[in-house]
Amino acid sequence: MNYFNESLTSVHSKLVNGDFSAKELTQQTLANIKSVDGDINAFLTVAEKDAVADADQIDQKGIDKDNPLSGIPVAIKDNMLTKGLKTTAASKILENFTPMFDATAVEKLKQLGTVTLGKTNMDEFAMGGSTENSAFKITHNPWDTTKVPGGSSGGSAAAVASGEVLAALGSDTGGSIRQPASFNGVVGMKPTYGRVSRWGLIAFGSSLDQIGPITRNVEDNATLLNAIAGHDKHDLTSSIKEVPDFTSALNKGVKGMRIGIPTEFMSQGLDDDVKQTVLDTAEQFKKLGATVEEVSLPHTKYGVAAYYIISSSEASSNLQRFDGIRYGRRAADVKNLEDLYVKSRSEGFGDEVKRRIMLGTFSLSAGFYDAYFKKAAQVRTLMNNDFAKVFKDFDLILAPTAPTPAYGIGEDVSDPMTMYMNDVLTLPVNLAGLPGMSIPAGFSNGLPVGVQLIGRPYDELTVYQAGNAFEQNTDFNKQTPKMGGTN
Amino acid sequence: MTEKISEDQVKHVAELAKLKINDDQLPYFTTQLDKIIGLFETLSEVDTEGVEPTSSVTDQVNVMRDDVAENWHQQQALLDNAPDTQDGYIRVPTIIDESGDNN
Repeated sequence: MNYFNESLTSVHSKLVNGDFSAKELTQQTLANIKSVDGDINAFLTVAEKDAVADADQIDQKGIDKDNPLSGIPVAIKDNMLTKGLKTTAASKILENFTPMFDATAVEKLKQLGTVTLGKTNMDEFAMGGSTENSAFKITHNPWDTTKVPGGSSGGSAAAVASGEVLAALGSDTGGSIRQPASFNGVVGMKPTYGRVSRWGLIAFGSSLDQIGPITRNVEDNATLLNAIAGHDKHDLTSSIKEVPDFTSALNKGVKGMRIGIPTEFMSQGLDDDVKQTVLDTAEQFKKLGATVEEVSLPHTKYGVAAYYIISSSEASSNLQRFDGIRYGRRAADVKNLEDLYVKSRSEGFGDEVKRRIMLGTFSLSAGFYDAYFKKAAQVRTLMNNDFAKVFKDFDLILAPTAPTPAYGIGEDVSDPMTMYMNDVLTLPVNLAGLPGMSIPAGFSNGLPVGVQLIGRPYDELTVYQAGNAFEQNTDFNKQTPKMGGTN
Repeated sequence: MTEKISEDQVKHVAELAKLKINDDQLPYFTTQLDKIIGLFETLSEVDTEGVEPTSSVTDQVNVMRDDVAENWHQQQALLDNAPDTQDGYIRVPTIIDESGDNN
């Protein structure tokens, strides 16, 4: 069993044929994680006993031949609540926290018979783009272990890229699924805001956060989104719109599809190989019968400022709940209640989280609100209007996912500004709530390069359709890193 | 370079956010925040006269539900996560510091 040669479909048919049981599959997967993860550090927690017991139960009930997720082991980013399984958001403040319920996305997967293998590493509270901001460990890129896996869903993306699992869940507030997908040569989808319930996702920026699937190919990705999408009474921002079968977008080609490339995404600071990858992808789409034209999103350059004001403001509010009283870390030697709050938070949060809380508190504070938060919310409107205008004439936007391929571990941590600028190509999609997916589309010095496909609100189908057509005519997603993957 | 945020302001903001920044870390945080707030100020170039702010992109409006309490019967699981408990309650330190030093 080598996940590099498999897909959800192929593993499913082997389970149905009885080539192996769900329990054997989980045991093999766990054994492989044991041998590979020492070099990768994708996992914060591996739920060895529970996973085997869960798989055993699925075998007792029998593999459901009509359900492609029956008995499939999955990895979950550590900011999604998992009942009875430690959930830390990679923060010291939650190092001993065990949830009493499952996030809706996790619960939906479990109901379909997936096996939760464990929780993956991330930047603390999803704040960061390299997974170096984890309070517990640094995850390594499977393609070159001296490089970062991206972030904040770096653990989930590296777990899929290294062949440890076929499928993982990530979350994306400003690019945290798509950028690590690009750095790891895997497929990562951030669905439309409201497509997937945020119940049980530890909140960062509540108007931006979305949960989404990370997989080795587009079909698997659509299968996983089918499982987690839909309205949830626990999340009142989750949409009541009907959820289509996302796999119905497959094998349709892109003939007649109108694709736009935003000029502003192709300019300053873009790595040459990344730029070439986008242009090559555009040529491929043309060859397959689509039209590709340049389009304009004129407010792009203000995105980083608007995003960091909005997301930090929302974070400063959301993270007030971590006060050392009901759960999480409580500081010792405190004199009174105020002292308890301040010491617990100051000891429990890392520097990046403190920075964002302070930026948000500042942007929302009396005298600064109009100049910062309100202004950013207005610029957000203008950016969203830019997208709406393009989507009047185009079905899809093609863009680079990240300005560069994966960079070296330790290269980017000293300067938060550099880190923030790296999100310039992904965060507009969150501000507008659009679906965006990164697919493997090229290589630069042996490191994978992804491109981003962006669709109209609730039109994940077109995004999957184009991604699938590209994948069927190229072999970028068939490439595998040299290490790991064999059971 | 004009200063966007002073060390005193950083101290004040930290206080509002219930964080303590030690004096030796104050210059480090102030320099970084100053740079980022400088970036924030580029937004002043954008003409937003009469533009409605966007606070959410959900398509749901005013979702109502009945106000019904639901018992999850998980008192022990909840208490297990609390740092200090007694007799089914969560314990906290004295709110008013009896030593008289209330900073």
